[in-house]
Amino acid sequence: MKNFTLTPENQEKFEKISKRYPKIDSMMLPTLWLVQEQEGWISPEAMITVSELLNTTPIRVYEVVTFYTMYNTKPTGTHHIEVCKTTSCMLCGSKEIIAYLEETLEIKPGETSADGQFTLSVVECLGSCGGAPMLAFNGDYVENLTVDKVKTLLKESSNGN
Amino acid sequence: METKIVSKRFHIPESYKLEVAKKHGVYGSLEKLFTMTPDEVITAVEKSNLRGKGGGGASCGQKWRYMPLNDPRPAYLIVNADESEPGTFKDREVMDKDPHLLIEGIICSSYAMNIHTAYIYIRGEYKWLADRLNTAIDEAYEAGIIGETLMNGACDFKLDIVVHRGAGAYICGEKSALIESLEGKRGHPRLKPHQKECEWYFGDPATVNNVETIASVPEIVEFGYEAYTKHGTPKSPGTMLFALSGPVKNPGVYELAFGHKMIDVINTLGGGMKDGKKLKAVIPGGVSCPILTADEVNKAVLDYESMWDIGSTLGTGGMVIIDEDACMVEVAKNIIEFYHHESCGQCTPCREGTGWIDTILHKVIHQQGKLSDIDNISDVCGTLNGKTICVFAPAVADIIGSIVVKFRDEFETYILNNQGAEHE
Repeated sequence: MKNFTLTPENQEKFEKISKRYPKIDSMMLPTLWLVQEQEGWISPEAMITVSELLNTTPIRVYEVVTFYTMYNTKPTGTHHIEVCKTTSCMLCGSKEIIAYLEETLEIKPGETSADGQFTLSVVECLGSCGGAPMLAFNGDYVENLTVDKVKTLLKESSNGN
Repeated sequence: METKIVSKRFHIPESYKLEVAKKHGVYGSLEKLFTMTPDEVITAVEKSNLRGKGGGGASCGQKWRYMPLNDPRPAYLIVNADESEPGTFKDREVMDKDPHLLIEGIICSSYAMNIHTAYIYIRGEYKWLADRLNTAIDEAYEAGIIGETLMNGACDFKLDIVVHRGAGAYICGEKSALIESLEGKRGHPRLKPHQKECEWYFGDPATVNNVETIASVPEIVEFGYEAYTKHGTPKSPGTMLFALSGPVKNPGVYELAFGHKMIDVINTLGGGMKDGKKLKAVIPGGVSCPILTADEVNKAVLDYESMWDIGSTLGTGGMVIIDEDACMVEVAKNIIEFYHHESCGQCTPCREGTGWIDTILHKVIHQQGKLSDIDNISDVCGTLNGKTICVFAPAVADIIGSIVVKFRDEFETYILNNQGAEHE
């Protein structure tokens, strides 16, 4: 098993953020975010490293990682598309958007396209109901979607923008 | 129609910047604050009858009184910015457009409760808002507004504000689950004490308040509780950020005094239904509140008491509008999928119950429904309600139960019209 380490910059961030909490335990979520920002996902090796940083056991880290949906336990594509499917978005046409993405990328939700470019996720409410239907593209919210808007988004990102 | 207290700077371009917000009066309440004793601040908030805007509607002042007095332990203010209730997107407006108002509210609230560290627990998906808050907090530190003293020494009171990002769990909006998460654990709600008391962060006293609640405090401090109670109704004074989503012409967030008729808000601010469709139903305050039929919507008045009177709740004020084209079986399925996914799994009735309802509705939608399934759903709702640690399961029972009861005809027709159904 390969060892995982935080980059020196992230180690420095870790030390700095730790000072803001009365106990190191609170650093669980912030540290996992640092790992995911660094690697794009959280590997078992990284969980062991995090457990050492937080003076706890790997299983405690694992149970947290698997509870929160935003932590990726496997690598994602270059671009992560998360489409909201909850009530307001459904009422405003999210099904059409999801169907279009599935057809165009030739993948089902939870899968990554063959070229490794896009991972498609269908997620629960992102708190953007006024801009329904919407998706998050690498975390950035894109609202009031139409199929044309999604088409443009895919095209622009495939061109490396 | 709108009454702008929390949203008074939303329309100003770049109001999230300190220099712009300051020009328009942000931190204006602090001069008055420093002339008041902490007890006077709490009394003002109590008298304003400011109520928790995160859905519960509990009195904010009373909640603050639960903090132990003259306690040697450090105390914490935890701002609940884990806005995840479907149909609710109001707190993001505050953080996006007026983050300094939130900081001002945190200063007032921390001063009142003698708190020197405040955490803002923000949902993980609001990454850009966490960045915006951090920028605003950095500005506030640099300008000497917070830090070792308040307002460059105007008040000898240390205050630190930390943004803590969640990672995608609806249940972390429940205050005790939120603290568990802040302590680095799974977001499992805690058992409630027999008597009302404060919350506990690593065993130290803490108060959890919603973003909008905290953002309402500066107005009460600066202009007195009378200025706040002159809006709204006697029992529900003040304003609330109401949100409209679904097929209306102008979805969005609107700040209104309590007491407006729901239908007027939908037709005036919301611009009415899109494409001339007929209104079928409204889920009034995030999807956890019992659904209202079109007839009930005509009678509904937007304040806590009126909503209870017609058998629903005001919740977060996030109204999900449903038009005649929507199939209520699909709406129920969509909502139960959400709850099934988000149940934290701690209590069996909730973990299993949400799954059962999801399975039954899946069957109905895939042409294998029976008429008896409708009663089975109501039955499971009964099994969920009141038998779990937190109010997640009762909320599921409320919304799913109300859809099944109020739209029973539609469920029956749906089941009978779908091939393969066994008629009983």
